[in-house]
Amino acid sequence: MQSLVLQTATRLMVGLMLVFAVYVLLRGHHEPGGGFAAALLAGTAFALFAITEGPDQVRRAIRIRPLTMAMTGLALALAAGLPGPAAGAPFLTGIWWQAGPIAIGTPLIFDLGVFLAVLGSILSMLLCLEEN
Amino acid sequence: MRPELSQTGKAPDCCRAGLFSSLLPLGLFVLLCLAWPRVVQGDIFAVHWDWVPSLDLALAFRLDGLGLLFGLIITMTGFFVTLYASTYMAGYPQLGRFFVYLHGFMLAMLGIVLSDNLLLLFVFWEATTILSFLLIGFDHDQAGARENARQALLVTGGGGLFLLMGILLLKSAGFPMAISLLATSGDLVRAHALYPAIFLCILVGVMTKSGQVPFHFWLPNAMSAPTPISAFLHAATMVKAGIFLLLRLHPAMAGTPLWTGTLVLIGGITALWGAIQALGPCDLKRVLAYTTLMALGVLTLFAGGQTVLSLTAAATFLMVHALYKAALFLAVGSIDHQTGTRDLNRLGGLVKCMPLTALAVTGATLSMAGFPLFFGFIGKEIMYEGALAQEMFPVFATFATLVANALMTAVAAVILITPFAGPLRGKLSLVCEVPWTMRLGPAVMGILGVVFGIIPEWVSAHLIEPAVFAIHPDREEIRLVFFHGINLPLLLSILTLSLGGLIYGFRSFLRQGLLTVLDRLWFTFPGLYQSGLKGFLTTAGRFTGIVQNGSLHTYLTVIILVMIAAVGSVWLPHLPGMAKNVSFSGPWIAAGLFGFILIATAMVVTARHRILAIGGLGGVGAGVALVFLVFGAPDIALTQLLVETLTLVFVSLILLRLPPLEKANPPSRSRTLRNAGLSLGAGLITATLLTGVVQIPLDRSLTAFFEANSVAAAHGRNIVNVILVDFRSFDTLGEIAVVVLAAWAGVNLIRRRKER
Repeated sequence: MQSLVLQTATRLMVGLMLVFAVYVLLRGHHEPGGGFAAALLAGTAFALFAITEGPDQVRRAIRIRPLTMAMTGLALALAAGLPGPAAGAPFLTGIWWQAGPIAIGTPLIFDLGVFLAVLGSILSMLLCLEEN
Repeated sequence: MRPELSQTGKAPDCCRAGLFSSLLPLGLFVLLCLAWPRVVQGDIFAVHWDWVPSLDLALAFRLDGLGLLFGLIITMTGFFVTLYASTYMAGYPQLGRFFVYLHGFMLAMLGIVLSDNLLLLFVFWEATTILSFLLIGFDHDQAGARENARQALLVTGGGGLFLLMGILLLKSAGFPMAISLLATSGDLVRAHALYPAIFLCILVGVMTKSGQVPFHFWLPNAMSAPTPISAFLHAATMVKAGIFLLLRLHPAMAGTPLWTGTLVLIGGITALWGAIQALGPCDLKRVLAYTTLMALGVLTLFAGGQTVLSLTAAATFLMVHALYKAALFLAVGSIDHQTGTRDLNRLGGLVKCMPLTALAVTGATLSMAGFPLFFGFIGKEIMYEGALAQEMFPVFATFATLVANALMTAVAAVILITPFAGPLRGKLSLVCEVPWTMRLGPAVMGILGVVFGIIPEWVSAHLIEPAVFAIHPDREEIRLVFFHGINLPLLLSILTLSLGGLIYGFRSFLRQGLLTVLDRLWFTFPGLYQSGLKGFLTTAGRFTGIVQNGSLHTYLTVIILVMIAAVGSVWLPHLPGMAKNVSFSGPWIAAGLFGFILIATAMVVTARHRILAIGGLGGVGAGVALVFLVFGAPDIALTQLLVETLTLVFVSLILLRLPPLEKANPPSRSRTLRNAGLSLGAGLITATLLTGVVQIPLDRSLTAFFEANSVAAAHGRNIVNVILVDFRSFDTLGEIAVVVLAAWAGVNLIRRRKER
């Protein structure tokens, strides 16, 4: 879409929204947010980008195919379930490691998987529709 | 189809991957050989891992005499076939895939014969069905191959469902799934009220898999698979899975008149029908396919018996058949590979150009015909002994065996004499012998047919006896010997050979008669299958045409009507009692939000431009999200707001492509009224339902659990997210899998539309 105002605003907004998406993803365990919300936020950012600059620019920016991203997310979520059985617990049991003051665990990896799966799915449909 | 290898010389001579991967079956064969001496002594190798204990499903494997006999056949044939295919298939596209299917099939087959759990056996059973489908349809650019693959899948897969039903009936009757345990409670199984149902279900599975009449027709059609596959799956191994199951369940289920009578009759009919039809075709592979049907019938007949003799006959003929049939299939493949045809009318005199193949075929066919000194002779003698001693229908069993064997002798003569003897025809003089990889299998199996025929005592002590006594309670010595003295079986053997010679002499006359009769048949089982399939597809097509008529408006109307009717009929009678206690209280800002939502809704309904309608929809969504926020659910509010935003983008991408609203004809008045009624009905039902829901006291025990454990067990203060990614993460995994699949399907739908 040819609109100077929108284009200028988009350049500012997309970066901010993506950074905010990462923030929402990470804070999700304690405050409102999480992988799904973050993926929607990032999806909206890319949608804005696609509307102003065209879907090709988005494809160039994310480098990998959206469906590959979605599959990677699914694989990551599955992989997050494996440390459980390795430690003798059922599949997908949360395993936590204490790294100094913060606890890092498999649910974080799982949430990252959710993020990528949902974002990849949104982008694949969105870009396809835009190109249509 | 296959590239012309011998002429062009450009295609690679040999597929290295195939050659290399033949080490897998060879290694497994060697492993089985290492275990062999101990199995002969009566030792049993067993391993057990739990899989789903609550379903009585375990990864339980058990190597006994019967499993060993089948395992040796599977791995040996697997080795020769892989070696053979590495040359035969050279130049085919997608060879990697081919060898993966082939070895996958072999492992699944080993799984069947080594399973000690019926459910596990079923898993492997289905795996062989699917891999067989993939292998029959390997030339998937040919419509015929696809059709035949589908037929095999539908017939054997449908039978597999019956088998599963039988197994589950057995389980529901309280019997263990472990086969070794089941074998000890055979009397209870046979006395159970469900026994006939269990038997019939399992029988259908066996009959489809092992090509018994009336489910036999898929097997000759499966010959559209590449020849190594036909040799491996549809001659030596997979079709024997049904026979194996019968033998494996022998201790648990055999011995009733139902078992013996049914199997003897079905087996006899299949043997006769297969043997008679083997005279018909000119395609060598189809001839072999019908003789396989005959063998499967005979095996079923003897698996029906309860005596040691009957089981010995089954086990011996199993070996005889596996050796000669695999050898013949591979040899026919060699002929096809070198000459480009399998048509009996176009072949002749090949002994001059392919002497070694001719030698192997001679060994195999003489064994097939049952000449003395060959293993087939031993097999035929014991078959007659077993048939004469059959508990039920011994006369029919003997008659069926005799006629089928005589026909086999004649067919063996056809297979040996027609392609190899006589003058060379046409361009056949240019044909040369196949390389060693394709000769080794037929040669070794042909030689084994002679060696086993000379030392039958060794075979009976080391292979037959352990196999039979794995499934039969009385242990007595089984001795296969070369010469029994002059007795009825020997006389029958002589009668077989002379009858066979007679049939061979009159073969063209018999063939004409057979083809005429086959043509005049007004009812055939393949025909029934075809018309059944066609009727099914037509019905499904009509039904889909009604239900999925392509109008979004109709879909939505149906969905909303069903919702109103289903919810309303249950809910409305309770409404008067609930309506009294409703109280509307909340912050004043909520009232303002509701006003906003109402205005936005009005905007959607009255919009004359699509962009306005879309904007109104966004307003409704944003209003609802704010309501969530006001009532203290920030997580839901955030998600709702984001979903609404994205939905808006998607909806505008799609709706704005449609013709402008203002140019479209305004809907008729009646339609507008109908839509309004539907909307109001759905809204009223939902609203009253929600007011009802909030009056039911909330069960807070789950909430209390999550409040107590969220930080302690899952290191998170946001309970909603902790539930999503930790406590109920398996649900989430399923959900994201659905999301990804939906996106994948959606993308393909959009792309397809674009291509059109």
